[in-house]
Parts: sequence; structure tokens; C-alpha cells
Amino acid sequence: MPTFNFDLCELPSEAQSLRAEVREFLREALGGASSSKRALSWGGFDREFSRRLGARGWIGMMWPKKYGGHERTALERYVVLEECLAAGAPVSAHWVADRQSGPLLLRFGTEEQRQRFLPRIAKGELAFAIGMSEPDSGSDLASIRTRAEHVEGGYRVNGTKIWTSNAHISDYAISLFRTKVVPDKKHEGLSQFLVDLKSPGIRIRPIIDLAGGHHFNEVHFENAFVPDDMLVGKEGEGWRQVSTELAFERSGPERYLSSIRLIMELIREAGREPGERAAVVIGRLTAHLITLRQMSLSVAGMLQAGQNPNLEAAVVKDVGTGFEQEIPETVHALLGVEPRLGSGSQFERTLGYLVQHAPSFSLRGGTREVLRGIIARGLGLR
Amino acid sequence: MSTREGKELRTILADTCTRLFTAQVTPQLQESAEKGTWPEALWRQVEENGLTLPQVPESRGGAGGSWSDAHVVLTTAGRHAVPLPIAETMMGGWLLAQSGLDVPMGPLTVAPSSLHSRLTLARDGNGFRLDGSAPRVPWGRQAEHVVVAAEDEGRPMIALVARSGAAVDEDVNLALEPRDTLTWHAATVVAAASGPPASMLWQLGALARAAQMAGGLEYLLAQSVKYVTERSQFGRTLSSFQAIQHQLALLAGHTAAAGMAAQHAFGVMDARGAGNLGEPAFEIAVAKIRVGEAAGLGAGIAHQCHGAIGFTYEHSLHFVTRRLWSWRAEFGGESHWSLELGREVAARGAEALWPHLTSR
Ligand SMILES: Cc1cc2nc3c(=O)[nH]c(=O)nc-3n(C[C@H](O)[C@H](O)[C@H](O)COP(=O)(O)OP(=O)(O)OC[C@H]3O[C@@H](n4cnc5c(N)ncnc54)[C@H](O)[C@@H]3O)c2cc1C
Repeated sequence: MPTFNFDLCELPSEAQSLRAEVREFLREALGGASSSKRALSWGGFDREFSRRLGARGWIGMMWPKKYGGHERTALERYVVLEECLAAGAPVSAHWVADRQSGPLLLRFGTEEQRQRFLPRIAKGELAFAIGMSEPDSGSDLASIRTRAEHVEGGYRVNGTKIWTSNAHISDYAISLFRTKVVPDKKHEGLSQFLVDLKSPGIRIRPIIDLAGGHHFNEVHFENAFVPDDMLVGKEGEGWRQVSTELAFERSGPERYLSSIRLIMELIREAGREPGERAAVVIGRLTAHLITLRQMSLSVAGMLQAGQNPNLEAAVVKDVGTGFEQEIPETVHALLGVEPRLGSGSQFERTLGYLVQHAPSFSLRGGTREVLRGIIARGLGLR
Repeated sequence: MSTREGKELRTILADTCTRLFTAQVTPQLQESAEKGTWPEALWRQVEENGLTLPQVPESRGGAGGSWSDAHVVLTTAGRHAVPLPIAETMMGGWLLAQSGLDVPMGPLTVAPSSLHSRLTLARDGNGFRLDGSAPRVPWGRQAEHVVVAAEDEGRPMIALVARSGAAVDEDVNLALEPRDTLTWHAATVVAAASGPPASMLWQLGALARAAQMAGGLEYLLAQSVKYVTERSQFGRTLSSFQAIQHQLALLAGHTAAAGMAAQHAFGVMDARGAGNLGEPAFEIAVAKIRVGEAAGLGAGIAHQCHGAIGFTYEHSLHFVTRRLWSWRAEFGGESHWSLELGREVAARGAEALWPHLTSR
């Protein structure tokens, strides 16, 4: 029977007391931040906030202490993540490093790389970007062409990465390059590198998104030099490693909570005694929200148990991003208020932000179609 | 009992159910049940295996297990479209036990199954007599006893009556499961005690249907995957077409969500549900909404993937899809429960949303 393995996961009591601490911290740290600002969800970038979170021991939570980690459980980490997301905390200065770059180094990095980078990530001092996509390689990631040729003491890199979120304000980008061209075998000859974004030969050009924001970039490499000791894992093993990294990328609660601010604003707008239509909408959204949280928690439970919930994570991301995208549509269908930018009520501005950003939810981190392909493979269809 | 032990026992329980239903619930049995034949042999096996009262205390005649055990049985029964009042017997048995009454053997049902009908008890010497009419009572004609939620001078009571004391006006749901109107005129009451209000019956019904539907969705997914890997068109199996793969990935997502929602509600029943559904009512509403929505979408996808053959009586797909179309409306559809849930969430206010749902 091809069904996925979602077991109920109950949070242990230590995770619940941690929740209270995190909530208290966030209440103080975020102060009176407006709803439309919190709606940025994990898009907000604030190094000071990340440093403070790191000082509390809430970054790199599961890593060994000798690398600056805190040896806490996957479920405790889960609680911190979901509280940050629900509060709309500006987590993006540490999010990628905590979620994928750090764990990648822990698994594949050299001892020296771990000692050099992990403690600083855990302190919230290092921001990482993801250098995967290229102008001609999106979903078909294995077709990337940016070349890293071995030279004396390192690699010379030429090519272009694109859609590199926060490259202009980050310190490093874990990047996937082609170290060897193997004809007709595009998955071979790929390697991952730790790239210092301040290196000579790297030019970062902004790409403005449809809402006028600058968070994407195009990153050009022109004879940029990456030293040997910045190779991550084995040369030529990039594809296997990047698959692991993508699994880290997909498994968290950020794949269903992006629009929670709008649900809250809707509840506020509808009032304590809402009309029937509004109540039905609120009830339905709540049912979806709770169910997705249980599914996401279940994935965290599997991680905690040392299992490999790649398929389940893909399912949560597919169902979750569909839900995130549906919320602004549902709000529009219910009330038809005009989404607004700088003016208007918090409700209208939150709607304005989410209507415009929702299309990206099912693109970033692997498109809906790619995820459904993964799920279909899990069902034995391909 | 540790959760690990509980989980292992539930795996055994699931195997027992699956083995029994796979062997016994054949298309022939389902067809004959649809024509009105009571599958007595199957009932006896289900009862002997302790599957009808898993969560009822042993002291009252049950198996002494948990709601999570009940979840396993109902999901498996839903997956196999078992044409028996297992859910109704479970609910009725639990209500009796909860009210301090003994649970009789044999199939039970519950009444009223609609929020709008009221049944009343009248004192008669040391006992009671029952009056009133209840439409769409599941398996009404075939139950041996009916567990009714009735009022005695405005006080909520649970009463046990023999079904033979009711006038039966037969009707069915889309899956030709009996949904009969039962009418009582001063009918003899076997036993009665003060109990929960009739609305609890409605909640239990929603809970049970959520698990049955989640099981039905598992069947649709498995059956659809099987079909598209066997059927070829354009010289290749349907499973090799991306459009089909993506539809089934979507069905898998809804099936997983439905399963999670139902499982969560049963888990909360175990954690907080003893006697009072005030607490789990929230999760029951969540489950009925989420599973009901998945049921409609899932039935659509499964039929699309099966083409015309799935639209025939000959093919077994409809034993599940017709049930889903009825069950999602029974004991309150998505709109009913969304309204309830939405009002509750709104009354607490926006800032309470997240704290409330993480406190559970
Ligand atoms: C907000 C945001 C942030 C991002 N941040 C980063 C980042 O930091 N680093 C980074 O490397 N990348 C980043 N990306 C890029 C992202 O990974 C890509 O957008 C994604 O992989 C899809 O590639 P593409 O945009 O080139 O679309 P394409 O691959 O060209 O796809 C276009 C459409 O065709 C569909 N499609 C493609 N192939 C198939 C197929 N075989 N079958 C069916 N349908 C198909 C896709 O699903 C999609 O719907 C980001 C993207 C977004 C939107």
C-alpha cells in the first residue's frame, strides 16, 4: 500500500517550556512590529536579531557542542522555528545557514571547515546564500554549467548563478559548480564549494522582484578563485550532496506558515462575532493550518527518530505551499478588499504583500511540479 | 501503557483487521449487502475479534483499549468499505459505558443522527418509555439495539432500547447503507442513565466518519496507483504520463492530510476526551472539515484516473467513492463544522490563534 508514514508526534515537556521562553524573547525582541512587516515571514533580514537568537542558543541547536552547537533535539529546534515563523521574526540572516549550510558542513565538511564556520553560524554571525540555480538551469539543476577548474592551490570559477537570495548581504554561498564535464552524464562531475562572496572576481548584480524588492541576485564569477580548502565533501560528489541539502531545505515548517499573518488579520477584521461566511472561511483555514502543523511536526518527529522523511517532507511542502497560496485568494473571494502597499490598514497591507509574494511559494526550494515528481516516484509511478 | 507498546499493539490490530476484511469483504459480499442482506457471518467474526468495542472498558463488555485503537479499526473498515455498523456500535457502546450502563452484544446504532430531531423519555414506574422520531439512523433496520440521546424533562439522558420497539421507515444513503427513520411511541426502555447531550452523538459521529473516510482515501490512492501502472494507452502505462503522476501526487497529499487530521482527533480523544468532548470538539471539527474536503477531491481524482471502467458498477471503486460522498455530509459537512470552528476561533481573537493551536 503506497501511503506515506505520518505518525502523530507529541512534543515532550521540555519542548513546551522552551516554547514559553522563545515566546517571551520574541515578544520583547519584536516589540510592536506591524503585521505587514511580520508578513515577510522568513524573508526579513536582520543580523542583530540573528545574533540575539544565537546568544540564546537557538541557532545550530542540534549540533555538537564542540562546534558551538547545543546538542538539543530536533523537536526542540522545531519549536524555535515554528515560534519564530508564527511571530514573523526576521530570521533570514541565519535561516539558510541553520537549516542547510551548517548541517551540510556537519555531514560532508572537513574538520577544519566545521571548526571554522559552525561556531560562528551558531552565534548568528554568518549569513549564507544558496548558489544553485543558473540562467539555463532551474528545475533541471544537474544541467548547470558554471565551471570550476582546478588550478594551483584551488579552483578558478567562471559562470553565472541566478536567483541567489540575499547574496548581496550574505557572507558565503554554498555553491554547486561543474568540476568535470562528463559527456552525457550531467549528474557526474559536480562539486560543492564554500564561496566567500567578497572574493575578487565575483560580481553581484541585483534583480528586482515584481513587488519592487531586492532580494534576488545574479552572481557572476569571472576567474574567481576558490581555495582547495573550500571544497565541501568530495570532488565529483556534488549531486549526491546537493540532494541531501535539498532534503534539509524542504523539511521545515516554513513551507506552510508563510501566510499565517493574513489568517490572523482576517480574524481581526472579522471581529469576535463574525458573519457566517467569514466564520466558515476562518474555520476551514484553521482546520488546514492545524492539520499541516501536525504533518510538519510528524516530519520533525521522524528526523528526531533518525529516519529519512524526504518523501513526507515533499508531501508537506506540496500541500503546505498550496495552502499558503490559497489564503490570499480565499481572503479576496470572501471580502474583495483592495490589496494595498504603503497605505491602508494592516489587513490590506498584509494582503498586499502576500498576494504579490504567493506565486514564489511553490517555486522556491523546488517547484510544485518537481515535488510532485518526487512524490510520484515515492508512489512507485516512476 | 507506553506509546511504543501501544503502537505495537495497534500494528497487530491493523493486521487483524486487514486480514479479516481482505478475506471476507469481497465484491460479492458488498453487492449482497447493498441488496439488503445482513452479512451475519462477517459480523460475528468482527465481534468475536473484539473489533466492535475496542475503546469500551472491559468491565462493560468492551476490549478495554483506546480511541487510537478505534481509529485503527475504523480506518481499516473504511478502506475496505465494510458494510457493517462498526462505527455505530463503537459509538453506542462507548456512550453506554460512559453513562454507567452495560453494553449488549450485537450490532448497535445511535439516534438521533441529526441535530434537529429530539427524542424524549417519560417516566413509567421504575423505568422509562421513549417517544419521538429520528430520521436517517444508520443501519436502523439491522441494529439489535439503539442507543439514544433523549431528554427527561430537559435533562440529557442516554437510553438503550431494543430496535424491535421502533417503527422502521427504510431509506438508504448513496452507498445503499441503511439510513432509516425510526419512530417510537411509548417504547420500552431497557436501561437509561443521565448522560451527555445529543450534540455529543453528533460529534462522535463526525469523528468516526472522519476515520472511515481517511481509510477510504487510502483505498482510492492504492487502487488508483495500481490501476495506472497496469493500464496502457499510447503504447505505455498510464503511470508514465506526468499529468497522471501529478494527479496521484495530489491525491497522496490529500490522503496524508486526511489521515493526519483524523489520527490527531483520535489522539486528542485519548489525551483529553474522557467523558467530556468539550476539549476534543475542536479537533473533531478540524478532522471532519479536512477529511471531508479531501474526500471530494480524492474521489474526483480516482475516478478520472480510472476512466470509464471506474464508472461501472462492475468495478469496485464506487463502493468507496459513494460512501465518501455520503459520509462527508453525515454528522455535519465541512460548512457546518467550519462555521462552528470559525466562530470559536474568532471569539478567542486573532492573537489567541497560534497559542491555542500549539497548546494542544
Ligand atoms: C523566492 C525565490 C527564491 C529563490 N532563491 C534561490 C536561491 O537562493 N538560490 C538558488 O539557487 N535558487 C533560488 N531560487 C530559484 C529556484 O530554485 C528556481 O526558481 C526553481 O528551481 C525553478 O527554476 P526556474 O525558475 O528556472 O523554472 P523552470 O525550471 O524554468 O520551470 C518553469 C516552470 O516549468 C515547470 N517545469 C520545469 N521542468 C518541468 C518538468 N520536467 N516537468 C513539469 N514541469 C516542469 C516548473 O515546475 C515551473 O512551473 C529561488 C526562487 C524563488 C522564486
